[in-house]
Amino acid sequence: MSLFPQILFCLFAGIVAGGAISVILQKNPLYGAFSLILSFLGLSAIYIMLGAHFLGVIQIVVYAGAIMVLFVFVIMLLNVRREATHIDHHAYLKPVASILGLILLAQLVFVVARVAIPQSPTVSPGVGTVETIGKELLTTYLLPFEATSVLILMAIIGSMHLAKREKE
Amino acid sequence: MDPKLLRYIIEWSVKIFLIFGMLMTVIAYLTWLERRLLAWIQMRQGPNRVGPAGLLQPLADGIKFIFKEDITPLDADKFLYTLAPVASLVPALMAFVMIPFGGAINIPGIGEIQMHITRVNVAVLVILGMTGMGVYGIVLAGYASNNKYSLMGGLRSSAQLVSYELAMAMSIIGAILQAGSLDLVTIVNNQSGWFGMQWHVFMFQPLGFLIFLISMVAETNRVPFDLPEAETELVAGFHTEYSSMKFAMFFMAEYANMITASAMATLLFLGGWQGPFVDQFPLLGPVYFSAKIFFFLFLYIWLRGTLPRFRYDQLMDFGWKCLLPLALFNIVLTATLSLFF
Repeated sequence: MSLFPQILFCLFAGIVAGGAISVILQKNPLYGAFSLILSFLGLSAIYIMLGAHFLGVIQIVVYAGAIMVLFVFVIMLLNVRREATHIDHHAYLKPVASILGLILLAQLVFVVARVAIPQSPTVSPGVGTVETIGKELLTTYLLPFEATSVLILMAIIGSMHLAKREKE
Repeated sequence: MDPKLLRYIIEWSVKIFLIFGMLMTVIAYLTWLERRLLAWIQMRQGPNRVGPAGLLQPLADGIKFIFKEDITPLDADKFLYTLAPVASLVPALMAFVMIPFGGAINIPGIGEIQMHITRVNVAVLVILGMTGMGVYGIVLAGYASNNKYSLMGGLRSSAQLVSYELAMAMSIIGAILQAGSLDLVTIVNNQSGWFGMQWHVFMFQPLGFLIFLISMVAETNRVPFDLPEAETELVAGFHTEYSSMKFAMFFMAEYANMITASAMATLLFLGGWQGPFVDQFPLLGPVYFSAKIFFFLFLYIWLRGTLPRFRYDQLMDFGWKCLLPLALFNIVLTATLSLFF
């Protein structure tokens, strides 16, 4: 039975990677957005397989469910049908990009080949549950948690200020 | 194969087929019930010709849907146009994996059977997530039809669902705080006192219940919040171009979502399968549960028969300026109360 999780992992990892590649390859921005949603769903499945149920579900609710709806909303509102395809007058950038990409790939291969990948540590059951995450957030990580809250509050107030119409 | 695993597989398959079959039947007869009840409210007869009291009408409708011509508009985005009904129906059905229909039942010869397909400790969030995914079907349909009415319907739908999902999630938090868990079985068991009548709606959550009730009607795109398919302005909104089984799938998704929302309201606020004598006779559980769900479904139809539609700006104002602050207030109130009780 140990083969079964591996097959599942390969399936979901394939969805994540395939979706991510499809995001950049799609000409139609709406197709790109839906590829991203597919990628998020695969990612959420991987989280759940690792025992992080809460994180996995939040990934669906927040990213795939709420944020991507706004993306799709804006794409539809602007009614962008096709990407403007006249980028080829920067043709000289192509070899530069290829070389930089190859260097990055070489670095990655080098690092992966040299570093021994550690065995994944045995996670005690219940680490990914809501109770544990809630307790940790409000005790150990209280300061970062509050700081993030203030940051988000600032962003909300800022966006409201920017969006507010001037009164005549 | 290991006999324990085999038993699990058989149990799951039976449960899945049972729940799926039940769901399809309920959806089919919900259309009949809706038409009859609306007719009754509006003092007319409704469908009463096919079978006794029109009871075979859903069957006739189903056959009709299958034999209708399946039209795809010439300028439509073919792939997304076909994907949209599927994307709308699948999440609607997936939510039922998490819903518990009753307590454990002991069947002689087989052993203890749990009345849910699976139980995870974040079931409430999973159902919320599935509801959130359902919006893509509508949005896709609106976009892929290449029709301005459909597009308007899809746009309205995405804005409406995002707005009311917020209020809905916030209104649930009160009940979750009281039960101290996101697991639906634990939440229901928390409401078992007072002869099975210690429901969250009585115990400090009347406000949360009211907010949930309103936002669940908005989440399922039903009257008075059916802006995405407002006939008077948008022909039929996002499903204007759809015909045949694709149209039927949107319909099925809408009714499945109604049942999910009703089940959620029941589980979170009306004590799920709890009721008098349910501890002695566990089989009463699913009966109580169905009766409570039926109450909400009746409410949906009743609302449709009596209320006019909101205007779009009223809908947005109501969601953001009224329901959301009230839901936040409810969270503070519940948290304060739970300090003392």
